[in-house]
Amino acid sequence: MTSLAKNLTNGGRELIAFRIGDQEFCVNIMSVREIRGWSPATPMPHTPPYVLGVLNLRGAVLPIVDLAARLGMKPAEPTVRHVIIVAQIADRIVGLLVEAVSDILTVTDDIIQPTPDVSSDFERTFARGVLAIDKRMICLIELEAIFPHMESEAA
Amino acid sequence: MDMNEIKEIFFQECEEQLAELESGLLRLNDGDRDPETVNAVFRAVHSIKGGAGAFGLDDLVSFAHVFETTLDCVRSNRLEPTQDVLKVMLKSADVLADLTNVARDGGSVDQARSKQLIRELEALANGEAPPAAEAPAAKAPAAKAPAPKAAAPAPAPVPNEEGFVPVTFSFDDFGGEEEEVIMVAPTYEISFKPKSDLYSKGNEAALLLRDLSRLGEMSIHCNMDALPSLEQMDPEAAYFSWKISITSDKGEDAIRAVFEFAEWDCELEITTAEDTSAEAGEELPMQPVPFDLSILDEEPAGPIGIAEEEEQIAAAAVSAAEVASNVVQIASAASRAPAETKAAAAPAAAAAQNTAQAASAAGQTIRVDLDRVDRLINLVGELVINQAMLSQSVIENDANGTSSINMGLEELQQLTREIQDSVMAIRAQPVKPVFQRMARTVREIADITGKSVRLITEGENTEVDKTVIDKLAEPLTHMIRNAVDHGLEMPEKRIAQGKNPEGTVRLTAKHRSGRIVIELADDGAGINREKVRQKAIDNDLIAADANLSDEEIDNLIFHAGFSTADKVSDLSGRGVGMDVVKRSIQALGGRINISSKPGQGSVFTMSLPLTLAVLDGMVVTVAGQTLVVPLTAIVETLQPEASAIHSFGASQRLISIRNSFCPLVDVGRILNFRATQANPVEGVALLVESEGGGQRALMVDAIQGQRQVVIKSLEANYTHVPGIAAATILGDGRVALILDVDAVVSASRGQPLKPEISLAAAG
Repeated sequence: MTSLAKNLTNGGRELIAFRIGDQEFCVNIMSVREIRGWSPATPMPHTPPYVLGVLNLRGAVLPIVDLAARLGMKPAEPTVRHVIIVAQIADRIVGLLVEAVSDILTVTDDIIQPTPDVSSDFERTFARGVLAIDKRMICLIELEAIFPHMESEAA
Repeated sequence: MDMNEIKEIFFQECEEQLAELESGLLRLNDGDRDPETVNAVFRAVHSIKGGAGAFGLDDLVSFAHVFETTLDCVRSNRLEPTQDVLKVMLKSADVLADLTNVARDGGSVDQARSKQLIRELEALANGEAPPAAEAPAAKAPAAKAPAPKAAAPAPAPVPNEEGFVPVTFSFDDFGGEEEEVIMVAPTYEISFKPKSDLYSKGNEAALLLRDLSRLGEMSIHCNMDALPSLEQMDPEAAYFSWKISITSDKGEDAIRAVFEFAEWDCELEITTAEDTSAEAGEELPMQPVPFDLSILDEEPAGPIGIAEEEEQIAAAAVSAAEVASNVVQIASAASRAPAETKAAAAPAAAAAQNTAQAASAAGQTIRVDLDRVDRLINLVGELVINQAMLSQSVIENDANGTSSINMGLEELQQLTREIQDSVMAIRAQPVKPVFQRMARTVREIADITGKSVRLITEGENTEVDKTVIDKLAEPLTHMIRNAVDHGLEMPEKRIAQGKNPEGTVRLTAKHRSGRIVIELADDGAGINREKVRQKAIDNDLIAADANLSDEEIDNLIFHAGFSTADKVSDLSGRGVGMDVVKRSIQALGGRINISSKPGQGSVFTMSLPLTLAVLDGMVVTVAGQTLVVPLTAIVETLQPEASAIHSFGASQRLISIRNSFCPLVDVGRILNFRATQANPVEGVALLVESEGGGQRALMVDAIQGQRQVVIKSLEANYTHVPGIAAATILGDGRVALILDVDAVVSASRGQPLKPEISLAAAG
């Protein structure tokens, strides 16, 4: 929550919104390093199903996470139209496979509504709030929760 | 540059000096009697003491001083450096290293040990040094006083009750070198009385007076009335005051400027004498200067760099101390005073010369932050990958391969390879420092166990990547401890067996086919196979009726939780020994083997990569994926024939290679890249040697070729992947995984793929 708290002081913050299936999500733009097109990743043995493999990001080995699968949705079937959001999580860099980037939002904190009280792990683990923008619902997710072991290390 | 940075440089230099000290002492121990070796040893302690004094590290200074005093006896041939003497000195070097570490990192040292050594060193210095017999009392306080403070209150002419004859002496050359002041300049009367604080803040009266002497012609009278008798003297207090008469055209401000930093810690009065004639000095009712300023003038003047500045601080503190101790010597040999004065000046001159030498030697190397080197190495790694990608795309677009682009690319390839080699060479360091540390370990353990051990090191200039060196020390220490504690027998037992009572541990390093091979051999009892076997059975590591080869039994000692020591000693025998060693060697991409002959000793052989940044690998295809297998693991490759494949039990298959059967391991299956085992006849078998000693044939689909690859960590952004050692980037820009052969082999033995590799249990 530290990165959120930091941005609260400015009154406004920028979020990057993207689509997975028919849902829209957003993350803090400060943690996004770049966005790049999909290219086939090198699969690794004995990894969770949502880890698609590793890619070469200018010499760094970048693990790619299928965000759809990670969020408990139908695993993506990546095509050239998919994009990878390269995000900084704690001291690591991770690529998040999403369907498309849809928007960059500048919002103030009062727009972010608390996560509705639903009984699923998803909401407790990843969601940090929801936003209503132009009649769309966009869910703000916490990247630190993407990799459980990273969460524990960052703590 | 702030104080901490300077201090950091000092500690770095200390490390070098300590290494120099130890290697010098070891050379002396081997019978080297070259005076230059003694000088080098002396110089090392000397420099440490000087630097430590500048930083107020009193413990270090006082110990170094006593050490130095004893070394001085050796240097002046008053003390024969026998084995016993050197033993004490080597221990002292260890304590000095400890004190340095404590000064840097905090913590505490074994006070009793250092006190004991101080006593031993003093005994050596006093017991055999002829002048010390005359003046033991005078020597002691000088030895105990921290260097910079000891300088001014040199207890020269006072202690009558000790049998001293007070002596006043002058140096012939003093004043002789001064310029004649012809023009009429004002004469100033200066009264200068330092307080104790002046010395404790690192100022030095002699240096101030030297600076003052540069302003013009001066005469100095030292008032020693306040000096108490030797018993009552506080070695850190200030007892002297000076009356100075100086003729200078630089003005009173220049004189005050000399005392600028000392002003608060002394009583200073400056008055202008009415008589400004050039003879003013002679008219004053003063004695000639009983102080040897010429010694201090040995320092080279002129602009100085930071390193030299360090040297100067050291040298200044040291020469001041030398003045003090020389004065003591002179006093004790009053009748021979004129002869002694020259001798007294000599060591200081030598010291100055030595520091100059040290400074010039240091000029040939530069200190570079390791991060910068690593950044460069990373960039060169990128360059290599980029170059490979470029060549690949050119080849794809230019089928005939004769264009000038192609030729240019080839040159580029050669250049990048050369750049890579040179950059790697920056990180390469000789293993010497680690080996030297082992010498100390051996000494300490030999002491504790009461065994007599001789460590022989060979090939200590063999170079290997710094990371490897840094990570080598711990497993090596462990192994040396084991070798001395468990390997070597007690002297009586050795004599009974007709061996030399002194055990030998031999540590060798050499390059062999792109790797560094480190061998640790002892001439002890060797591995007691019966005992090891029994222990393994007791610990349920092997079945009671297991049929193990000698090699397999020997390798059991690398098993976690294995220890054959009957009782747990302080040194080893807690059962965390050899498996930890093995793991740390493996983590470095190395292998370790043991061979042992009962009654003749054991040899541990470690083979390590020269660098952790690149690796020679075989690029293979497995289930559509490209993998890299470290070349060092591969013994041979072969194309299996159907007749050589034999099914064994339900799912195992063996391949017969020259009439021996070797388990066949499908890499694709182990890594879960495919659901069923591939047909061996369609693939290629890589015969690999695993740590347990056994061979395995790894099945892959095809071999693409051999290539040097840049190792990329998976852990940096992800986490450890079982069965995979690291990743790399191939010429097409894609990531390829580097196979962890040992993990795959272990997995093929039915152990799940996880980082901990247990060994030989199943045989």
